[in-house]
Amino acid sequence: MRLPLTLILGAALTAFFLGLALLSFVWTPYPVAAMDIAAKLTPPGPAHWLGTDTYGRDVLSQLMVGGRTSIAVALVAMGIGIAGGVPLGLWAAARRGSLVDEVIMRGNDLVFAFPSLVIAILITAILGPGAFNAILAIGIFNIPVFARVTRGGALSLWTLDYIRAAQVAGKGAARISAEHVLPNIANLLIVQGTIQFSLGILAEAGLSYVGLGAQPPIPSWGKMLADSQTMIYTAPLLAVFPGLAIVATVLGLNLIGDGLRDLLDPRLRRK
Amino acid sequence: MLRYLISRLISLALSLCLASMVIFAVLQVLPGDPASFMLGLNASPDTVAALREQLGLTGPVPIRYLHWILGMLHGDFGISYTYRTPVADLIAQRAQVSVPLTIYAMVLTVTIALPAGIIAASRRGRATDVTVMGVTQLGIAVPNFWFAMLLVLVFAVQLRWVSSGGFPGWSAGIWPNIKALTLPAIALALPQASILARVMRSSLIEALHQDYLRTARAKGLTQGQAIRRHAVRNALIPVLTILGLQFSFLLAGAIIIENVFYLPGLGRLIFQAITQRDLIVVQSVVMLLVAAVIVVNFLTDLAYAAVDPRLRSRV
Repeated sequence: MRLPLTLILGAALTAFFLGLALLSFVWTPYPVAAMDIAAKLTPPGPAHWLGTDTYGRDVLSQLMVGGRTSIAVALVAMGIGIAGGVPLGLWAAARRGSLVDEVIMRGNDLVFAFPSLVIAILITAILGPGAFNAILAIGIFNIPVFARVTRGGALSLWTLDYIRAAQVAGKGAARISAEHVLPNIANLLIVQGTIQFSLGILAEAGLSYVGLGAQPPIPSWGKMLADSQTMIYTAPLLAVFPGLAIVATVLGLNLIGDGLRDLLDPRLRRK
Repeated sequence: MLRYLISRLISLALSLCLASMVIFAVLQVLPGDPASFMLGLNASPDTVAALREQLGLTGPVPIRYLHWILGMLHGDFGISYTYRTPVADLIAQRAQVSVPLTIYAMVLTVTIALPAGIIAASRRGRATDVTVMGVTQLGIAVPNFWFAMLLVLVFAVQLRWVSSGGFPGWSAGIWPNIKALTLPAIALALPQASILARVMRSSLIEALHQDYLRTARAKGLTQGQAIRRHAVRNALIPVLTILGLQFSFLLAGAIIIENVFYLPGLGRLIFQAITQRDLIVVQSVVMLLVAAVIVVNFLTDLAYAAVDPRLRSRV
C-alpha cells in the first residue's frame, strides 16, 4: 500500500518542528534568555541565523523553546479532550436515546457555546494568566468535539451483528464499548486528534498573543508575535519567523490528518 | 413547523439559562470574594465591605443570580468598577466596533468561499481546483492575527495605503470606518473562508453524484445550469451548519484581531477589564458573547428547517 503524499509531506514538516522543539531541551544556539543589548535587532546572519530581538536575544533559540510551549500545550489539551470526550461519547452511544445520552449531548451543546477564548477569559479572570490555563481552556473546548465524534462513530457500530453477538455472549455495555467499539473508531479518533492538535496550536498562539497564555520568561510563538508587533516598523522580520513556524506546524498536522484519513478510510482509497 | 419552532425556542431558553448559571457560578461563587480580589491584598476590611455592598455581593447566591439576570433583561448590567459608568453603556459603545467587524468578516467569508468552492467542485481535479485546495489548505493553517500583522506590514508600513490601526468612530461618517475595518475583516475572514470553501466544494461534489442531477442533465440542462439550479441549492445545507458554527470563531477572532489594529471594541474592553480586575464587565461581556453564539446557532437551526423541510419533522 502506498503512503499518501500528503502524509509524508505533513509528517516531514511536523517532525522538523517537533525535532527543533525537542532539541531545545539539550541544545540551543544561545541561552534562550541571554540578552546581548550590543547585538540588539541584528538582522539574520552567520552569528544569529534568524537575527536577534529588541533585547538582543537570539530569535532561533527562542523559536525552538517557544515551539516546546506551543506543542506541549496543544498536545496536553488534545489529551484532555480525548480523556474526557471519548468515554462520554461511548457512554452516550451505549445508552443511545436514554436520558443519559440526552444529558451528555445537551451538555456538549452548552460547552460548544463557549469558544476556547471565552473559556480562557473566564479562567484567567479567576486564576490569572499562564500556560496551564491555556491548556485547560483548549482542553475543555476539545471535550465535546471528541464526545461528538465518538458517539457518531459508535452509534453506527451498535447496530452491527458482531456487537449483537457480543451482547448475546453476555458482555456488558462497558466491556463491549472498550473491546469492540473503541478499536473500530480508533481511526476516526486519530484523524480528529491531529485536527484538534493543529487547532490547539493555533488557539495557544492566539491566547499567548493576547497575554492569556504562557507568561514571560517562558517563550511561546504567540508571545513572540505580540512582542514583535511594537517593532513592526523597525524590524518586520521579527513578526515573520514565529508566524511561519506556526503555519508550517499547523499545515504539517493538517496534511497528516488528510493523509491518515485517505489511508484509513477504505471507501476513499477505492476512489 | 410551529411544533419545531416551539421546541427550538424551549431549547434556546434552556441553553441561555444554563450558560448564564455557569458564567455566574465561575465568576461569583467558586473562588473566594470578588471584592477583595478586585481591591487587592492591602485593602481595609471596611473598603471591601463597602465594595461588596456596591457590587450586590451580599445576600444568598440564588437571589444574587436572579438579581443579575433580571437586571440584564432590563438592560441593567451593573456599574463598571474602574470606569464608574454603567456596563451597558460601555458595551453599547464598544459593540459599535465589534458587531460591524464580525458582520463585515462574515460577508467577506461567504462572498469569497461560496464562489471558490463552487468553481473548484465544478472543475474537480483541474488546475483551478488544485489551486483553490492549495490556497485554502494554507489559509486554514494561518493564525488570523498573524495574517493581520502581515497585512499591516504590507498595506500600512510598506504601501502606506491605510493607517495601521485605530477607529475614527461612526460620527466621522461611514467611509473612514469601513476603511479602518477592511484589513481586520479580511484577516478574520481568510481562515474561515478557507474552511467554508472546502466544505462548499466537497458538499457540491457529493451533490453532483446524485441521481437528480443526472436526471436534470438527461432533461437537457447543461452541466452549468444543472449545478446552478439543482446541485448548489442542495449542497448549501452543510455549508449553512458550518457557517453557523463559524460565527463563534469570528466573534472570538474579532476579540483578538482588535488588539492588532488597536480597535476600541469588546475585545479591548474585556482584556482591559481582566487586567483591571473589573469582574462585572468580564461577566457581562462573556455572557453577551455566549448568548450571541447560542442565538446564532438557534437561527441556523431555523434556517435549516426553512431550507430543508425534511428536517422539520425530525425534532
